[in-house]
Order: sequence, then structure tokens, then C-alpha cells
Amino acid sequence: MDFAIFLKILVAAVAAGTPFVYAALGELVTEKSGVLNLGVEGMMLVGAITGFIAMAKTGSLLLAVACGMAAGALMAAIFGVLTLTLMANQVASGLALTIFGVGLSAFLGLNYTSIALPGIAKLHIPLLSDIPVLGKLLFSYDILVYGSLALFFLVSWFLYKTRAGLILRGIGEAPKSAHALGYNVIGIRYLAVLFGGAMAGLGGVYLSVAYTPVWVQGMVAGRGWVSLALVVFATWRPLRVLFGAYLFGAITIAQFHIQGLGIDIPSQLLSMLPYLATIIVLVIISRDLTAIRLNSPASLGITYHPENQ
Amino acid sequence: MNTTPRLELQGMTKIYPSVIANDSIDLRIYPGEIHAVLGENGAGKSTLMKAIYGVVKPDRGRILWNGKPVVIQNPAHARKLGIGMVFQHFSLFETLTVTENIALAMDDSPRLEPLAERIRTVSADYGLPLDPERLVHSLSVGLRQRVEILRCLLQEPKLLIMDEPTSVLTPQAVRTMFDTLRRLAAEGCSILYISHKLDEIMELCHNATIIRGGRVTGYAKPAEESAAGLARMMIGKELPVCSQKRPQISGKTSLTVNNLSTKSADPFGTDLREISFSVSEGEIVGMAGISGNGQQELLYCLSGERLVDDENVITMYDVPVGRLNPDQRRNLGLGFVPEERLGRGAVPGMSLTENTILTAHRHGMVKNGLLRFRRAAEFTRRCITGFSVKCGSIEDPITSLSGGNMQKYITGREILQQPKLLIVSQPTWGVDIGAANVIRQAMIDLRNNGSAVLVVSEELDELFEICDRLIVIAQGRVSPSLQVRETNKEEVGLWMSGMFPGGPKEKTAHSPQEPGSHVC
Repeated sequence: MDFAIFLKILVAAVAAGTPFVYAALGELVTEKSGVLNLGVEGMMLVGAITGFIAMAKTGSLLLAVACGMAAGALMAAIFGVLTLTLMANQVASGLALTIFGVGLSAFLGLNYTSIALPGIAKLHIPLLSDIPVLGKLLFSYDILVYGSLALFFLVSWFLYKTRAGLILRGIGEAPKSAHALGYNVIGIRYLAVLFGGAMAGLGGVYLSVAYTPVWVQGMVAGRGWVSLALVVFATWRPLRVLFGAYLFGAITIAQFHIQGLGIDIPSQLLSMLPYLATIIVLVIISRDLTAIRLNSPASLGITYHPENQ
Repeated sequence: MNTTPRLELQGMTKIYPSVIANDSIDLRIYPGEIHAVLGENGAGKSTLMKAIYGVVKPDRGRILWNGKPVVIQNPAHARKLGIGMVFQHFSLFETLTVTENIALAMDDSPRLEPLAERIRTVSADYGLPLDPERLVHSLSVGLRQRVEILRCLLQEPKLLIMDEPTSVLTPQAVRTMFDTLRRLAAEGCSILYISHKLDEIMELCHNATIIRGGRVTGYAKPAEESAAGLARMMIGKELPVCSQKRPQISGKTSLTVNNLSTKSADPFGTDLREISFSVSEGEIVGMAGISGNGQQELLYCLSGERLVDDENVITMYDVPVGRLNPDQRRNLGLGFVPEERLGRGAVPGMSLTENTILTAHRHGMVKNGLLRFRRAAEFTRRCITGFSVKCGSIEDPITSLSGGNMQKYITGREILQQPKLLIVSQPTWGVDIGAANVIRQAMIDLRNNGSAVLVVSEELDELFEICDRLIVIAQGRVSPSLQVRETNKEEVGLWMSGMFPGGPKEKTAHSPQEPGSHVC
């Protein structure tokens, strides 16, 4: 494979991985607070169609992003009311949210199927984007890709350098202890759930507005589930989530090229490759039991009942 | 002494749906006073303390802080007033460092580096040295308690609430903690000390408020009272004593463990290292040790919930059982009470009768594959009367029982089957004194009838009361055995910190020639 194709795959991989970066980092923050929201797929879909409609109506990327995030957060709010206030089971509620999101997005998108948007421009940074190889590799993306990288730094800094992040991790680890120290477990979990929803929505917007700027029913196509898996197999560490997202993106793109080369492997097998390879790689690099225990939120998925007051 | 009480409670009442936890409790504590709140498990001590700390809101009653009425909204408010609390079940975050744990309890978001420095100085100053960088999960239970205490000390509290602080400490660590508390009191801090251990209260506390069934049953100066007098106020009757009858030891070995080593399945657990000991018919062997030193892992191996690679490592009546599952081991005459009542000791959703059948089905409760509920019910009734289990009906789900009653039921169910070998973990944990004595007496009777009993417990008093021999477990190693009448709590306490021949801290041990140390 010559170098130009290799470079092309890498650049495309970053774009392909970006929806996962948004959705998985959002879910990571939610899960770090001890809440398991399986509704990522549904939230991404609703975010995708809302952003798409906003973009189609107004042409404003900013508005599309805002609407997509708000829609994702609204979906997450439904989940929050069910699981945090009404204390419903998180797994069942999350699954229901996804099914709801699939239906809702299809309904909202009825009049928007097969409309194509112009997409969004790649950011051209003077000088930097013109550096021969490096410029293409690092400085040839649209603003949402840079946004996802900013999100990565923000989440890492928030979780491990700020007091608020410490409180969030504490609540995910031992909600009873946090309550005894006087922290508002339910309130903080709400914030984490809403943030996760907004990021899933944003991931959806990236798909429908930038990555493949058309609306196709169910276009998220399992990316929400992959994001959930990434969080777990990356053992709740942001850097590994980022790595996993790009690895998944790279293998997805690479297998397209392999199919294009006409190598005699059934395409169905190649399509499985990204899922298989990403999970195997992440499992292998994260199999240290102690590290898993140190990074996984101990109260994940367990409904918290505040003490009788 | 100052005339204004630091804290005064007037008519504190807290009603839960099924029980009145506190019924108009009055209490007064002055600056520099160490005040005991004495009562049995379930008497309402913890609820009262949680109300003072703002975790639980009282239904009626007033709190006066330095003479002024206050309504304590939440723990942050309590801390602002100068109230610190060390919880019985620690409120720590295992995957965070000591510094992070302490930072979470501070209200003015401190920077972590200067805080770590402060932790180092204050902990050294109070004789409780602690490394601020360590992760809490890697600390022993005693050190975890230090984190809790330091967390309070850094706030310079005016009132410190200690909820059953010594239940997890060796006798030596208790001494250190008492010194710290006396020093704090001398500096003017008031201390509310919650416990049911009479000797500790008599040694440490200036005054005591005694609670029974949610009501105050008396006020006393512990130093001027006898243990029997305090106990009478606490349980409402004379302190029962177990009748010990020396049995004839037949000498036949029931259980041997020979060089057992395993890696713990839990990454934060303890690996077992070359454990060897035996238990014979007609004796009670106690295993002392601070929890988290390998007891859990060892009990999994003994019960058959975890199999060992070489079946000969564990034998019961000369039968190698290392590869047998729990049911097969029970068929050989094993009775087993795990430390987790729900989930391992009983199935939560099932009734008492059904839970009886789960382990006692060998005793005529199954015929031709069909259950004989009449027999099971009969057995269950014998169990609840014999061990005074308080329950609505034997058809009620086991979860309707309180923790202590559940423990009585599960222990009773195993003992009534007259096992040839009984292995019990924490037999009287959370059980009130009266019922605890019934359980202890039943174990003694079982031994007198020729069974072998292994008791794993953190309560040294209990082990010294009922056991014939003691072994100590520390960091996954088991000590040689000690005859109970030839040793004392001090020695066992040292061994619990690993200082025994062959133990993890052997080199620091004092010589075995010292009086009171007879290794057998």
C-alpha cells in the first residue's frame, strides 16, 4: 500500500472515529457517576435528526450543534427522571430509551429523507495546513473534529484535576459515603446524565451534518452501542476511549480499501473486523484486574436509594 | 467545667415506618467531656448520632448547640458548626487516595499538595502516622479508621462523634486511639462515644447515657458503676453467662488444612499463604484476626464455594475434600455459616421454611423427590423458638427479619442440624447480648456433644469466652495455635498485627519465652 493511501486512511479514520469520541466520552462521564445509560444509540439518533433539521432550515452549524445537544440532553433527562427520581431499573430504562429514540428520530425525519446538505467546510489554517504530510494529517479537519479533541482534554482535566471531578468519581465509587459527607448524589448524577446525553446528541449531529450529510433512517447504525462498549473495554479511561475510537475508525476505513482492492474475502467478514479488532485490542491492553477495579465505578448501574429522611 | 453544654438534645424523636428508633431522648455533653452513648445493637444509638450529624432528620425534638437552638440541615452544616463524625461503616472511597478522601470531606476546596503536607504533620502530631499518597483500598482496616479520624481532626471539631470505633481494632490499636481521644478532650473537644463494650466505656468515658429500645434508661458515671450495673441498664436484665463444661476431647481430627495457598479472586483481596491447622472433635477453635486478612478467602475454600487445586490440602474426617462442592461437603457432616447473611446464608426472596429446606433437607424433608413441608415447618419452628428469632410467621420472606434476627435464624438452622463439623463466621455479629449468649451456648453444647467447631470472629471477648484453642490470621498467614487458658488478649492482639512465629512481621515479635506465650 503506498504512502498516500495510508495517509488518506489515517485522515479518514479520525473523521470516522469522531462520533465515537463524543458519545463515548459523554457516556464515560455518566458512568463515572455510577449511572449506566444504555440509551446512547437512541440519544445519538434524536440528536442527529434534530441537528439535521436545524441545519436544513437555517444553515447555521452553531444552531445545529445547539439543537442536537439539547435534544440529546432532553432524551437523557427522560432517562434521569425514570432512573434517578423514580428509581427505575437503569438497564431496562436505557434499552427503552434507545427503542424510543429509534422511533422518534424516524418520525421526526419523515420529511427529510434523501435531502442532502452541503456538509461543513474543513478548517484551513494558514501555514499549518500547508505543511506537506503533517499538515494533511493534523490540520485538515472540520471544526467538530477539533471540538471532539477539545472535549477529550476537557474531560480528562475535569475528572482528574478538578474538585468537581473528584466528587463525581467519589459518587460513582461509593454513593452512600458521598451522601454521608453531604453531597447531593442524585443532583450530581442528573448533571452527569445530562452531559452524557448532550454529547451523544453532538455525536449524532456530527454524523448527519458533517460525516455523511444526509438523513437516513437509523443512520447511527450501532455506533451508540459501540460507544458503550468502548467505555467498558477502555476501562473508563479517557485516553483509551480516544485510542479505541480512532482504532475503530481506522479499521473501518481500512476494510473499505481492502474491499476496493478486490482481495477475495467475503465483505461480511471484513465488516465484522472493526468490532472484533477494537474489542480484542482493548481487552488485551486493559486486562490488569487491579487497574480495572481502580477505574471502574463500583456503583455502576445500581439504583441509589437515599437514606430515609 | 463550663456551665453551657456544648450540645444538648431535648426530646429527640425519630419514627420509622415499622419502629420508633428514638423516643424523646435527652442528652447533654459539655466541652472537654467524653460522653458514652451505651446501648445494644438496634437500640437507636446510630440513628441518634445521624440526627446530630444531619444525615437523618428527626421528627420531633430540639438540638441546642452552645446553648442556642439549631436545625442541622445536612452534614456540611454540621461540619460548619464544628461537628465531626467517624462512621461505624466507613464512609471512604476505596479507589481514591488518602488525600483525595480527606479533600472530599473538606468544605473549602483545598489544593491537594498542601493538604497532603498537612495530613502528614497532623497525623504525626497525634501519633497516627499515615501516608497521604496511598490508595485507601490498600490500607488495613485500622489505617482506614485513621483516615476517618484525621478527616475529622483536620476540621478542628468541637464535637467528635465516634460510632463503635473499636470493633475493628486490635487491643494495641485501641490503646493508641484512647490516647488520641483523651488528648483531644484535654484540648476542649467534646467526644460522643458510642459503644456496647462496657469495659471500654468504664475506662474512657466521664459520663454515659444509656439507651434501650429507643428510650433513655439511665444516666451514669461509668467509672463509679460496675459492669453488671451498666449491663442491667443496657439490656434490662442481668448479664447472662455461658455455662462452660469441660468436655472429654476424643482427639479424632475433623478438619485439617495442610499447606493451603491460593491467589485471591478479588484484586483487592488477600492471598492465602501456606495455611495449616486442624480442628478436632470436642473442641472449639477460634480464628482471631482483623477482617480483610484472608478470612473471607479461607472460608470460601473451606465451604467448597471455591475449590482448591489439590484435593488433599483440605480433609474432613480423613476424606480429601478440596475438590468437593459445598453440597458434597455438607453430606460429610459440615455445617457452615458465612459472614454474608443474604445471598450466601439465605436466599432473600424465600420464606424461612424454604430457606430451612435449602440446607436442612438432609433431615427427612425430602421423600421420593418431593418436599415434606410439614417437617420443614416443624424444624423452622424449633429454630425460631430455640434461638428466639423474632418474626411474623415462618412463611414470611427472610428479608422481613432484622439483621440480628436473620443471623440468629441462620446460625440456629445450622446448629440444629447437629453437624459433625461447624464452621461459623462472625456468629453473633449484630446480635443483641441476650441472643448472642444463646448462640454461644448452643455452640458450646454442640462441642460437648462431640462436634468440632471453628469460629472466625473479630470479637476477642467472644473468642476468649467460648474457645478452647485460638489461631490467628494475619495477611493471609495463620499462626500456630494457642491454648486459650494460657494466653491473653494482649498477646493475641500482637499476633493479629502479624507478629507471630512464621507471621508476616515475625521479626518484630517479642520472644516466645515471655510469660503468657505458650505455643502449642
